[in-house]
Amino acid sequence: MRNSYPVESIKKSERITRLVSHLYAKLPEIESARALLLTESYQQAEGEPIVIRRAKAFAHILDHIPIIIRDEELIVGSSTLAPRGCQTYPEFSYEWLEAEFDTVEHRAADPFYISEQTKEDLRRVHPYWKGKTTSERATAYMAPETLTAMAHNMFTPGNYFYNGVGHVTVQYEKVLAIGYQGIIAEAQAELDTCQPGDADYARKSRFLQAVILSCEAVIRYAHRYMVLAKQMADQETNPQRREELLAIARNCGRVPERGAESFYEACQSFWFVQQLLQLESSGHSISPGRFDQYMYPYYKKDLEAGQITIESAQELIDCIWVKLNDLNKCRDAASAEGFAGYSLFQNLIVGGQNKEGLDVTNDLSFLCIEASHHVFLPQPSLSIRVWNGSPHELLIKAAGLTRTGIGLPAYYNDEVIIPSLMSRGLTLEDAREYNIIGCVEPQKAGKTEGWHDAAFFNMCRPLELVFSSGYDRGELVGIQTKPVEELRTFEEFYDAYKEQMNYSISLLVNADNAIDVAHAELCPLPFESCMVDDCIKRGRSLQEGGAVYNFTGPQGFGIANMADSLYAIKQLVYESRQVTIGEYKKALQMNYGRGLDEASIEDMVLSVVGELKKKGITPDAAQIARITAEVAARRPSEEEQRSFDRLYDLIAEVPKFGNDIPEVDAFARDVAYTYTRPLQNYCNPRGGMFQAGLYPVSANVPLGAQTGATPDGRLAHTPVADGVSPSAGKDVHGPTAAANSVSRLDHGIASNGTLFNQKFHPSALSGVSGLENFVALIRTYFDQKGSHMQFNVVDRETLLDAQKHPENYAHLVVRVAGYSALFTTLSKSLQDDIIRRTEQGF
Amino acid sequence: MKEYGNVKGRIFDIQRYSIHDGQGIRTIVFLKGCVLRCRWCCNPESQEYAVQTMLVPDGSGILEADGRLRRKPKVIGEDVTVAEVMELVERDRPYYRRSGGGLTLSGGESLCQPEFATALLRAAKECGINTAMESMGCAKYEVIEQLLPWLDHYLLDIKHINPEKHKEFTGRSNELMLENARKIAAYSKAAKGYQTDREPHRMELSIRVPVIPTFNDTPEEIRDIARFAGSLPGVERVYLLPYHRLGQDKYEGLGREYLMPDILPPTTEKMEQLKRVVEESCSLRCQIGG
Repeated sequence: MRNSYPVESIKKSERITRLVSHLYAKLPEIESARALLLTESYQQAEGEPIVIRRAKAFAHILDHIPIIIRDEELIVGSSTLAPRGCQTYPEFSYEWLEAEFDTVEHRAADPFYISEQTKEDLRRVHPYWKGKTTSERATAYMAPETLTAMAHNMFTPGNYFYNGVGHVTVQYEKVLAIGYQGIIAEAQAELDTCQPGDADYARKSRFLQAVILSCEAVIRYAHRYMVLAKQMADQETNPQRREELLAIARNCGRVPERGAESFYEACQSFWFVQQLLQLESSGHSISPGRFDQYMYPYYKKDLEAGQITIESAQELIDCIWVKLNDLNKCRDAASAEGFAGYSLFQNLIVGGQNKEGLDVTNDLSFLCIEASHHVFLPQPSLSIRVWNGSPHELLIKAAGLTRTGIGLPAYYNDEVIIPSLMSRGLTLEDAREYNIIGCVEPQKAGKTEGWHDAAFFNMCRPLELVFSSGYDRGELVGIQTKPVEELRTFEEFYDAYKEQMNYSISLLVNADNAIDVAHAELCPLPFESCMVDDCIKRGRSLQEGGAVYNFTGPQGFGIANMADSLYAIKQLVYESRQVTIGEYKKALQMNYGRGLDEASIEDMVLSVVGELKKKGITPDAAQIARITAEVAARRPSEEEQRSFDRLYDLIAEVPKFGNDIPEVDAFARDVAYTYTRPLQNYCNPRGGMFQAGLYPVSANVPLGAQTGATPDGRLAHTPVADGVSPSAGKDVHGPTAAANSVSRLDHGIASNGTLFNQKFHPSALSGVSGLENFVALIRTYFDQKGSHMQFNVVDRETLLDAQKHPENYAHLVVRVAGYSALFTTLSKSLQDDIIRRTEQGF
Repeated sequence: MKEYGNVKGRIFDIQRYSIHDGQGIRTIVFLKGCVLRCRWCCNPESQEYAVQTMLVPDGSGILEADGRLRRKPKVIGEDVTVAEVMELVERDRPYYRRSGGGLTLSGGESLCQPEFATALLRAAKECGINTAMESMGCAKYEVIEQLLPWLDHYLLDIKHINPEKHKEFTGRSNELMLENARKIAAYSKAAKGYQTDREPHRMELSIRVPVIPTFNDTPEEIRDIARFAGSLPGVERVYLLPYHRLGQDKYEGLGREYLMPDILPPTTEKMEQLKRVVEESCSLRCQIGG
């Protein structure tokens, strides 16, 4: 290790500016090549084992998909001809896309251009997929009550229900070391040990053959780029570019077929792995992980040999950062709101310990931070591992990036995460080498199928069911707990909440496991699997339980709302007895007299209809119209309004989570357990366990829109709290008080990650002392066993102006939740939410 | 905590995560009551010792017909014991440890409540928390002297060297304050021992100058202050604090007239120019802002 790190800024090459502006020149586009090739191959391989069909389809795509080398690129490999374009993945789901053909270009969140030709192409192949998708198979495996709960938005497993899983970090270092040639040899050696009489011969032999087919296809794909680069070099008149193209041709001729021999080859090899994982399946959060570690030997060797300079290495890393933003994915309109910002969550982490517990921060850790300064785009989701032995310079360098307002990096605490992972069965060595997947989810690279983002679970919804004894919109979706008026003590009330929670959690597990089985049956991924232990040895894909560590991690959110709600009920109803639970119920139904929107009216009408049906009366359309008119016309009486206002004011006076009040914080800790504890008792079909995360991505806005008024004074259909952060605007004693409160939650049990967001005005980070104090804040939160921290550094006026004049802010990056996004690409409601979050510091 | 934990005083705010007043992450306790009436004062609610009612935005964000945010009355001023204040100050101890921060007294003028101020500083020091005080040094030196042993950093305001102009803009002449400044500096240089143990105590002294257009923002006026500061033993730094208008709405909230409505904050160029003036006039390091 060196004594001095490259802390100073490094000059940005002009090439990077031009690559970035080319990338963002126009709206991203949907292309059809993959869908057409996939379908063609599936039709040719009808009846063969699924894993072979997957490999053949992957190979067919790689052999025939159009390829392109963009102007001035040094690292090549693009999944679409159009910059930031996306392919489609009909094997997972397709109906939503066809339904959105005419709206996808103009929707608020993440619009995509789609040509008439592409629509026609996709319409031609989509009928083949009817009945063959993972989402249809998963639905077929779900219990009826699970489908009901999902229809009522109790939770949303949309991510893997409609898409590939992704959420993996593979063994990049293995490809860098031995190339796919080496992996083919390994698979072949394993295949050679398979005897036809073995019990697992059928599955294992076919899986290993699929691995070999896939790796061979990847080598051919790189060779296509070699040929293209040579052709372009022949026609190139600029001698410098000609040399660059010849170098690209040499690289693609060697890697990823063979092990990398230079830093440049290692960069190109890395990129093919990263790109092609995402062409094999539509999963997001395919995370490069500890890039500074596995790239370092190549960097060090070339630097010492004088083959590269820090500046030339920086340019290559910058080029990779640009490429990470070239990949894209089109989600359905509802999911696009939840994952807004075209994000692929490719999490790349620097710093931290090695398996022996020594700090391994190196030059590349700093160059990676510098690359985010240079490229200044949302990808990669840059993360920093922090522990007591982290060099101060690394944190100051990272804080300098935070200060720019890009919303990067996110900070992670080794001291919490390592023991937390060990509590889930990882060895000490593996836990020390963790990296982050997607938003905030820790795991051990190359050994884990973590299913990290398995669902959004809205903790507010079970509380609504306590007030309605399990009914929602006239249908039973929960447990028929006692009428809320009969719950005599807070303990009874809290027990009813836990009962509703436990039931909903069990259905969530059913949904995830049904989807899990569907992926194993229909979409095993041999290419991805060959880079994760022990798939080759076991002869099983990741989807079938081939990984050493298997988890399912659905995330709960709304902790702050539930802590504040339950605490208010405890105080006002059962202790001071200032209101009755019946009054509370009425106030929630009537949104505290603050007006009912269409969604609330519809909910109430459906509840009335449900009541009538229970009595054996089925109202006709005219009767329903009459009920609707009555509900819509209903206004609280003056007396009711007074009682609502009084309750609203009383709630405002009850202490809230986020203000460093130990009693309230201890309560919040217990409320979080209502989600994290029951969940860990469940298992998944891959032989692993469920583990909770506490983070919302950006779903706190759209899922808040599905949640009625809550007892903490939150009005109907407004956003719920973000991650483990206090409710927006409720923490009024500044960042240290909020951090103290949040650190009192149990972050260790939420081993799938927690997310704590703070928003800072730039003045809070000004000057050297601003950075020093900011780093001290992070260190102290981590001293107190917080797990993750991230920051938005922008002033309110900037954001308001950006809403008004988006054209001036095309590159304004904000931290949304577990990732950064371009502010102007977010929907208005999400923009408003970001503006509303308490401004800390000043 | 010993008997001084029961000492009572009057405060009007406690602000955590303050990072622009002294070293590290600090908790500022604002004591109520001041001897001066500076025209530009950004905390007008600090001036009277009496408990007052001020109109403040109610947090609803609703605009009234006159285009202003809706306001609600807020009581300014609360009587608290040292122990109560320390309970809150203690909560950020882990942040002080990481950042080298601690407790800062501000006001008002803390020296208007000498017994309370001394007890607060002592309570903090005795449990190992770093202390700082923002003050103009406007009290009898005997009063100041009794709290210095508990103070790690004195942030001393010097606003003007000319007594008449000082009196015109703050309501009081400056002789006492300048004399105290010399004595405080002498104390700082002497590095005396604590009252309770024999370790030598080195109190840091910084001079802070609010830069107020029309009052003290000419190079000559700043030069005079810098020369004076330079003549004090033990001073290391001069801070130039640019005038800001953040307190303006509070005057209205208190039903008072703001006497400097037309004054604009100094430009960055102006501040840089004055910083050079300071550096040319004395050997002290100069910084813009806290």
